[in-house]
Amino acid sequence: MSDAPALALSNVSKSFGAVRALRDVSLELFAGEAHALAGENGAGKSTLVKTLAGVHRPDSGQVLLNGEPVVFAGPADAQQAGVAVIYQEPTLFPDLSVAENIFMGRQPRRSLGRIDRKAMHDATRELFGRLGVALDPEQPSRGLSIADQQLVEIAKAISRDARVLVMDEPTAALSGNEVARLFSVVEALREHGCAILFISHRLDEIFELCQRVTTLRDGEWIASEPVSGLTHDDLVRRMVGRELGTLYPKQDAEVGEVALQVERLTREGVFTDVSFEVRRGEIVALAGLVGAGRSEVARAIFGVDRWDAGAVSVDGVRLPAGSPTAAMGAGLALVPEDRRQQGLVMELSIERNIGLTGLRDLRKGVTISRKAERDRAKDWAVRLRLKFARLSDGVGVLSGGNQQKVVLAKWLATGPSVLIVDEPTRGIDVGTKAEVHRLLSELAGQGIAVLMISSDLPEVLGMADRVLVMHEGRLTAELSRAEATEESVMTAATGRAA
Amino acid sequence: MTTATAPPEQVSPARSARNLVDLVFRARELSLVIALAVLVGVTAGVNGNFLSSQGVQDILLNTSILALLAVGQSMVVITRNLDLSVGSVVGLVAFVTGDFLASGGGIVPAVLLGIAIGAGCGLLNGLLVSFCRVPALVVTLGTLYVIQGVDHYIAHGRQINAVNLPPGLLSLGNGSVLGVPYLPLITLVIMLAIGYYLRSYASGREYYAIGSSPEAARLAGVPVRRRILTAYLVSGCLAGLAGVLWLARFGTVIADSAHGWELLVVSAVVVGGVAITGGVGSVYGAALGALLLTTIGSALVVLRVNSFWQQAITGALLLLAISVDRVLALRVARLLRNRSRHG
Repeated sequence: MSDAPALALSNVSKSFGAVRALRDVSLELFAGEAHALAGENGAGKSTLVKTLAGVHRPDSGQVLLNGEPVVFAGPADAQQAGVAVIYQEPTLFPDLSVAENIFMGRQPRRSLGRIDRKAMHDATRELFGRLGVALDPEQPSRGLSIADQQLVEIAKAISRDARVLVMDEPTAALSGNEVARLFSVVEALREHGCAILFISHRLDEIFELCQRVTTLRDGEWIASEPVSGLTHDDLVRRMVGRELGTLYPKQDAEVGEVALQVERLTREGVFTDVSFEVRRGEIVALAGLVGAGRSEVARAIFGVDRWDAGAVSVDGVRLPAGSPTAAMGAGLALVPEDRRQQGLVMELSIERNIGLTGLRDLRKGVTISRKAERDRAKDWAVRLRLKFARLSDGVGVLSGGNQQKVVLAKWLATGPSVLIVDEPTRGIDVGTKAEVHRLLSELAGQGIAVLMISSDLPEVLGMADRVLVMHEGRLTAELSRAEATEESVMTAATGRAA
Repeated sequence: MTTATAPPEQVSPARSARNLVDLVFRARELSLVIALAVLVGVTAGVNGNFLSSQGVQDILLNTSILALLAVGQSMVVITRNLDLSVGSVVGLVAFVTGDFLASGGGIVPAVLLGIAIGAGCGLLNGLLVSFCRVPALVVTLGTLYVIQGVDHYIAHGRQINAVNLPPGLLSLGNGSVLGVPYLPLITLVIMLAIGYYLRSYASGREYYAIGSSPEAARLAGVPVRRRILTAYLVSGCLAGLAGVLWLARFGTVIADSAHGWELLVVSAVVVGGVAITGGVGSVYGAALGALLLTTIGSALVVLRVNSFWQQAITGALLLLAISVDRVLALRVARLLRNRSRHG
């Protein structure tokens, strides 16, 4: 470990309009150290990452590289200086090959400055070998799963021989094996003298991987300290600044009639013979590995994709295949997995997004009443405890957790009888997560049937009245609350169940 | 929870998926060649003169200018932009260089003048699109009209006549070497050079990167603005050169002589498999697209089909190309998805 930190921020502040994203924040990353950055969504973590990456320039304060103040003119500048950033959302070129994605701008050359494709593909294969990944370097990155895209990003950073590696929630979409593999690679890099900044909402990972942790809250620096000696609760307390109630507070609700009935639903090559029902007042979890076909079932029920065989009924009324309009009319609501792409119109304001599902109800004569739209948004913003500056702000400025609340508001405003939520708390901080859970529980209490797709096992076990488990497109288990344990769910999810 | 991870030895599904994608993209250029072959075969069967050396030369000559413009245009389209001003640039350059030559200017200076005018127009487009961040459609629609206006102002109702032009220029437009006319040769050389550059040079690949994902390109440190500016500059220069060649080929020009060509060029590019959303396609495909559109025009004349059908057929072809792309893309996406799931 050298004396000067490899990369540091000193008293950095950054504002966007009226929102102060970072206030007087300092951070030191040393070579050979894995440093965690903890904080709720909206705490300023992403802004901090972008400042290190040269995307944002601080309003005041300095970025220090090996103790010397630097000003990154842009992302290219920061990369040149050996800072590699893996963003939350993979930033790949879908039309280009995996190898080109990794080596864009730094392709191996042969005579006359031409690209040496063979060397590039060999180097990519070698990188993937080190990562233990089976990807074809010449395959286009379009069509890769998020997990694979993330691995390409990691390979890119490693190929840059980065001295500082910043990872903004790299594990959010990775499987257990992949996380373990990533950690071993990161560990090797760290021992090699690389400085690591690691962001994750999974506190276990912070304790497993990192030596020190810096906590941010509402854009302010709270603490930088060694991880050893801290407990989970200590860390959570620093992040939220208050004690948390119990997570997963599913209250018992009166279970009523069948609201959603799915019979032998099949979409060829995607899922087969899926049957289940969800009653009013129930929360049913749909668990399984990523790629088991859970989201696809939800999309088919809601009519986004057509089904090939089977039937779906809501409150006893059969739905036609492939019609989201009919599904909405029947009282279905779907909060999709990918809120940025599918859940929200990022360019529109908060109120407009919330209003989208109810444009007919907001009419006054033939035009939309701005007041009705605003009232509706205001009402839901209060009910869901949305944190925002103005309702007319674009949803893009909100943190992930607050964006998710806007999606929820948008659908709850339709007064659904069946609510399907796909990964409702992915990438959401602990505090907001508890709020989302409380909310889902309340909704069930009001007689709404909730189908929750989740990859978060404690969430599944804590929230669900019943757990359905899918494996490779088929339902492999239906477990009651009493039967559902980490082991029984995982057994069914990996297809080992009898 | 966890993803099903493919064990490392299973490279084959990924590989076959890639071959599939490769096939689809190659299929585009292949299907253009097949369509051309069928078209030429049928037309030649009805009228043998279609394949006479004169007939073939005519088609090549007619294709050259369109293909040259399509090559420049595809560079712009690959970056997810558009250049609608090329038709106006051709018209302006044809007239201005015509004036210059008629008043005794040399041929080489005239060619340079034409390219310089084109470069100026391209630079203007590029600066407005890349640095002022005005959408390309609006910028180039604006410059289309402005350049057209300047052209009319300079021409003032006059006409450039072939008799006033130096014979050297006219032989450039209609002469040939070893039976191959100059014009297609010029286009071929430029197309190969740009095609090779875009494929084999790091900076060339960056045009595709920008079109594929502008945000990712910015984060990867690609000089996005400079590349877009260059794409417009190249498109402008080639349009300038095309203007001089236009004058050389037709000899007699009035103001705004390539009126409406911008849309023909964009059609050729899209029919040739360059995605209008950027990131995909090649200049070879675009040039083939230009060849196909021109051949259809000639074939209709030989087959004595009323010429207004040509536009309808161009339009239909455009729709066909776009729908085929869409369907193929969906197919490929589904196959890739299934393979990655079950592989």
